[in-house]
Parts: sequence; structure tokens; C-alpha cells
Amino acid sequence: MKPIIRVENLTHTYGVNTPFCRNAVDHVSMEIMEGEFLGIIGHTGSGKSTLIQHLNGLLKPTSGRILLGEEDIWADPKRIRNVRFRVGLVFQYPEYQLFEETVYKDIAFGPKNMGLDEKEIDRRVRSALAFSGLGEELLDKSPFDLSGGQKRRVAIAGVIAMEPEVLILDEPSAGLDPAGRQSMLENIRNYHKEKGTTVVMVSHSMDEVAENVDRIAVLANAGVVMSGTPHQVFSRAQELLDVGLNVPQVTQVAMELKRQGLAIDPAVYTVADLRAALCALRGGIA
Amino acid sequence: MTDIIKTENLTFAYPPDEGKEPVLALQGIDLSITQGSFTVVLGHNGSGKSTLAKHMNAVLLPGGGTVWVDGLDTANEELLIEIRRRVGMVFQNPDNQIVANVVEEDVAFGPENLGIPTPEIQARVSAALKAVGMEEFTLHAPHHLSGGQKQRIAIAGVIAMEPACIVLDESTAMLDPLGRREVLDTVKKLNREKNITIILITHHMDEAAMADRVVVMDGGRVVMDGTPQEILVQVEKLQAIGLAAPHTVELLHGLRQDGFDVPLDALGIQECADVITASFKS
Amino acid sequence: MLKDITLGQYFPGNSLAHKLDPRTKILLTVLYIVTLFCARSFVSYGIVALLLATGVKVSGVAPKALVRGLKPILFIICFTAALNLLYTPGEVLASFWIFKITKEGIFTAFFMVLRITMLIMGTFLLTYTTSPIALTDGLETLLGPLKKAKVPVHELAMIMSIALRFIPTLIEETDKIMSAQKARGADFESGSLMQRAKALVPILVPLFISAFRRADELAVAMECRCYHGDAGRTKLHVLRYQARDYLVLAAYGIVLAAVLTLAHFGL
Repeated sequence: MKPIIRVENLTHTYGVNTPFCRNAVDHVSMEIMEGEFLGIIGHTGSGKSTLIQHLNGLLKPTSGRILLGEEDIWADPKRIRNVRFRVGLVFQYPEYQLFEETVYKDIAFGPKNMGLDEKEIDRRVRSALAFSGLGEELLDKSPFDLSGGQKRRVAIAGVIAMEPEVLILDEPSAGLDPAGRQSMLENIRNYHKEKGTTVVMVSHSMDEVAENVDRIAVLANAGVVMSGTPHQVFSRAQELLDVGLNVPQVTQVAMELKRQGLAIDPAVYTVADLRAALCALRGGIA
Repeated sequence: MTDIIKTENLTFAYPPDEGKEPVLALQGIDLSITQGSFTVVLGHNGSGKSTLAKHMNAVLLPGGGTVWVDGLDTANEELLIEIRRRVGMVFQNPDNQIVANVVEEDVAFGPENLGIPTPEIQARVSAALKAVGMEEFTLHAPHHLSGGQKQRIAIAGVIAMEPACIVLDESTAMLDPLGRREVLDTVKKLNREKNITIILITHHMDEAAMADRVVVMDGGRVVMDGTPQEILVQVEKLQAIGLAAPHTVELLHGLRQDGFDVPLDALGIQECADVITASFKS
Repeated sequence: MLKDITLGQYFPGNSLAHKLDPRTKILLTVLYIVTLFCARSFVSYGIVALLLATGVKVSGVAPKALVRGLKPILFIICFTAALNLLYTPGEVLASFWIFKITKEGIFTAFFMVLRITMLIMGTFLLTYTTSPIALTDGLETLLGPLKKAKVPVHELAMIMSIALRFIPTLIEETDKIMSAQKARGADFESGSLMQRAKALVPILVPLFISAFRRADELAVAMECRCYHGDAGRTKLHVLRYQARDYLVLAAYGIVLAAVLTLAHFGL
């Protein structure tokens, strides 16, 4: 796999020349691989929002570079809009950004800004709607008549319709109930599988990230403190707890079992894996 | 023991869209909440849990049936202030319930409305801020605080009215895990130390484990009611109404299918690990 | 970024100017403006300038900050000066094309500039040393007697303080909406005036919807906290005049009398 986005020594400082001057992102380097499903985790103030707004050129680095493919995205500032079409960013609570009279028009806003023709826009709107799990009967409705969960899906469809090479979602399941959360994550998983494009999901729920992504990057104190497969990351569970992050419930149980003397891998993170491990262990004993 | 809140055959319907039949958001709720208890009300979006919460201090009035707050009928408009003084409400969005520009002014808002004399307001404000652990922020501007801190200010604003009961209407839904922890620790402490009744409306299952009682709503009805140990172990039933059992219960449930001799109701991490280890030893 | 704008121009501090009752400061500002308009000569302007300098000194506000505050109205100052300079009839000193510069013109222009500058600086001194809340509170109490004339003084003060409370929240929200629409390729920076105005729709619609939603939720939250208007309402902080307030006001009274006397004698 080759990287699609490379972050090189990125620093972003807010409030330069004021008493509130601070680095929200401090000398961060990381790579996002083509086609991977990456989870970014960190609590409020860890710099994750600032980081992702650099990936599509909404924020400009104070120092350092962002490479998309092989090119510095700020090489030609006039073409920054193109970067935003290639790296789609869905903000937290995106439903509050809907504005058009109909669902169709709202989803078409991005593709229209890209200058596509009517036919292509129509294809994209319908395909994006399907990916976000909504039916075509909603297209002519006002987005403001929909339920909260549906609104959020329309907003996500609005970004998917730009058919970006990288889709970044900031807390896509925040505030949803368990069923809503699950079906939202299923839609994102399916999108990743069928499209094969890169997906980055920012979350503060360890359980959610653990069950969905290929790789996790952990942010704390304005820097990346860990990155690797979920198994690699959770094998350093104590460090996660030390920076004030949670560990999946299952991992916590496994850690405790290990401490109580059972020969269990403390980095398991799904119910099924821990069940299998315990069955294997019992088999060994019996 | 006295009931701080009691509903009898409570029904309610929101005004329908034009040309549509009204749908009952609450379909006959009979519920009594004991003074000093900690109750979690669970349910998916649209289950009626928030509608029920809004009846508990007369933000909404019953379409049918009756709601009593400390024996006062909420339908009686003259009792409105008395009812709202007894049952305080904390809402979902921390930004939309803070009235003033300075933390202490915001906490004072309730007592000011009640016409409490100035020296007592001052005493209440500092006591309330202390109770939620925010005394060092007395003179801060609320918009510089974190979500969890803002919700604690909102809770302090309610406490300053010296209520018997606090209803938290999905107050943790918009918070990150740290913020949620802050709010939950705060209400737990208020319940324990000041004997304030807590009613926590949520869809986070892990919050249910800390309650004395769990009430589950679906389709405008109460469908389950009991201790967390009784409710959270019903894995299939919870799934069927769009909720999920905690992972610990799910694990124990699976292990039982695998032939392990473990109980289901070890909800906490420690308890769960303990029963599994015990099953290996036996 | 919008977030970087600092709102309100209050500089927290602990000086005598900060400690004065807001009502005293509002009254002083009104009296100061009266004095300024009574001043006619170098002597009386000198007295007012001395007053202003004392105020600045006492408040501990950096004079630089006051001068910076003048920037937005620099154009108005220059424009008034030019008008007075060129159009005041009197003893002609120089003339070119259709303009005549007169001796009176120079004086009037000079005093006009002085008057506007000192007026702005004086009012800035009030807002720099008084928090918006204290200001609203002071105004509400001072205008209290108008309640008898059915002027909704309490309601207006409440509206003002809620507006102050929500400005930072809405700025942050606008910032977020702008970023989100930019992420979908919205372009706010290029195009004709018409195109730019149209480009604002994707910001304004969500912003208004959100403001209404917030207003609605806030209203319910206020009701839940037993808000029922002004009747029977008490306050966390009650404004009380201190000895220093009376002293400052009395001292000011003497200065005002002096300037009025001078004006009477045409000075």
C-alpha cells in the first residue's frame, strides 16, 4: 500500500501574537494509506479537529506540509478548492449545515460547485443517497422535515456525492441512539468496502473504532502518541488510560483476567475474540 | 417513602402535521419515582422518554391522565413556580441553557427569579458551585468552558433553587467520555450526599448500571422496569427494541452458551472478570 | 478566522475607574459630553482635555488602546475637518479654485476634530472599564423610573444581556458552518457582488435556523428556572453607591460649573 496523504512535521498555532497563543497540533507526521479505514481517536482538545481540517486545506499549516498524492496541497493556493473535492470532510453534527429547499438540491451542492453537468450530478446524488442509507422518496422533501438521523445522512450524502478519494468523518455517530449508531457505522463500513476508497473516522468511542477500522492513530496533547492495528494499540492499554482515554470494555475485562492469573491475551477487543480465547483456554485446561 | 413524581395513565400527543392523525407519544404511563432514588430512563430516539421527562416539571402538560410533583397537580397553572422549584431540568445542549455571561450570574438566575434575598442568593450560588466542583470558575465566561463543565454549571443553576429532584434530559448525549464522566460523577454525588432524586434520561447503556432503578421505554410505553441487574441482562429483549446490552453482559451471555457456569448480572468490569476466573477455578 | 475577533472592548482591571459604580460612570460620561459641547475656547477645551487625561490615568487603560479605537472613525473626523475648513465664511487667508480657507475655518475645524476625538475617547473609557453586564445593569437601574411610563426597561436589559451572551456562541457557529460549506466547495471570495451575496445563503440559512432553535431551547430552559419576568425578582449583586462615587460625582460637578461659567463669559 502507498500513502495517499502524508502529513509532514505539521504544526498549527492558534492566536499568534496574543496571550492565548498555543500549538493545537505540534510537529505531527503521519501517513494515511490508500484504501485503508483509519480511526483517529483522542479527546476534546487533543488536536484532532485541527488536524483533519488541514487534510482538505481548510486550515493552513503554520509550518510543515500536507502532501496529497505527491503534491503539496498548498503548492498553488488558487487550486485549494480542488483539494476539498478530493478530500471530503464531514463535520461533527453535519445536519446543522443543511440549507437547501430539497434533499436533492442539498446533496447536489458539492457536485454543482465542482462544475459537473446535470446528468452526472443526478447520478451522483442518487448513488450518494443510497450509500448513506436513504430512499429516493426523500429527494423532493425539505431536509428540515426529516428526523435528526435522516438529516445527518443527507449531510453525509452531500459529501459522498463529490466522490472524494478520501472521506473523513468527524464523530459521525455522536448523539445517535444505539440502533442509529449501529446502522450509521454499517453504512460507513459498506461504503468503504464497495467504493474501496480511503475512509478516516474520528471518534472518542474506543469500542466503535475498535470494531470498524484497520488502523488506529491515537492523538493526545497535540501529537500522535500511538498508531497501529487495534490489537497493537490495545496491547498498550495502560498508556491509553494514562492519557485519559478509554479502552474497550472487552479489553478491560481481558486485562483484569490476565491480572487474576488467566493466560489471556489482554489486547483482545471484541466479545467474539474473548469468548473464543476463553473457550480455547478451557479446552487446554480440561 | 414518599413519591416525588407520580403519573397516572398519562397520555400525550404532539400536534400532528396537517391532514394527519395525531400519534400518541405517551400511551398511558403509570410511574412513581421515590424521593431520593436514582432512576435511569432508557429508550431509543422517539420512544417517548424525553416527552415523559418534559411532563415532570410541567414543560408539557398531560393530554390525558395526571402528573403529580410532590403531590402538586402539574395541570394547575397556579402551582407552576412551586412545581418547577421542586423539579429542576438539565437539557441536552449545554450552550442553549446558559443565560448569563458570567458563571455566578448564571447560577443565580433561578434564585433571582424566585425572589430570594440577595445575601441568601450569594450563599446559595457559592454552595451550588462547590457542590458541582466548579467554584474556581465563579467569575469565568461560560463560553470558554468545556461541554462537561457547562453541564455542571447548568446543574449548579438547578441546585441553587434547592430542588427535591433533578431531571437530566439526555444531558450527556453531546458530551465526550470525559465530560460524561464529570456529569455522572456529579449527579451521583448529589444523589448520595444531598439525597436529591435523580432521573437520568439517556440512551447510553453503561450509564444505566449506576442507577437504583432502570425504566425502559418503547413506543410511548414503559416496557421494562427493575434494577439494573434485572434489566441489563435481558440481551435479546433489549436488542429487539433497538438498545444494546453492555459488552460485559453480552460476553457472559455468550460464555453461558459455550457451557460456562457464570451468572449474567456481573455488570461491572471487575465483577465480570471475577465470575469468569471463579468459573475456571471450580 | 472569526474566532480571533475579540468582542466587547472591556479590559478587566482593578483601578478606581473600574471600581466605580456603573451608574456613576454612565452619569459621568453623559456629563462629560455636556461639558464638551459647552466648551468654546482653548481654556475650556484645555480643562476637558485635562479631565480626559485624568480619566485615562486613573483607569490604567493604555492611551494606545484609546487611539486605536479612533481608527474606524478616522474618515468621519477627516471629512468633518475638511468641510469646516473649506466652507466656514470669514477672513480669507488663502484661496484656490472654488475653495477659500478662512481664519474662522481653521479654528472651527480644529475644535471640531478635538470635540469628536475627545467624545469618542471619553465613551471608550466607559466601555473599556465597565463589563457589558455591569453596563446593562447600570442602565437598567438608571432607567428604572421609566418603568412607570410602561417602558419595558427590564425586558430590554434582559434582551441585551442575552445577546451579549450568545454573540461568541454564534460567531463560533458561523465559523463552523463556513468551514463546512467550504468543504463542499463553496466559494466566498471570488465572483461578482451578486454572486458573493448568493454565496452567503448556505451560511445564513443554517445560522438563522440554529439561532431560532437556540432561542426556543433557551426560552424553555429559562421557564424551567422559574423566569416569569420582572415581578418579584431579586438580584445576586445589588448596585450600591459607595463614598467614592459621591466624591467623584461632586468633584465633577465643580468642573462642570467652571466650564459653564467660562462659557458664560464667552471663553
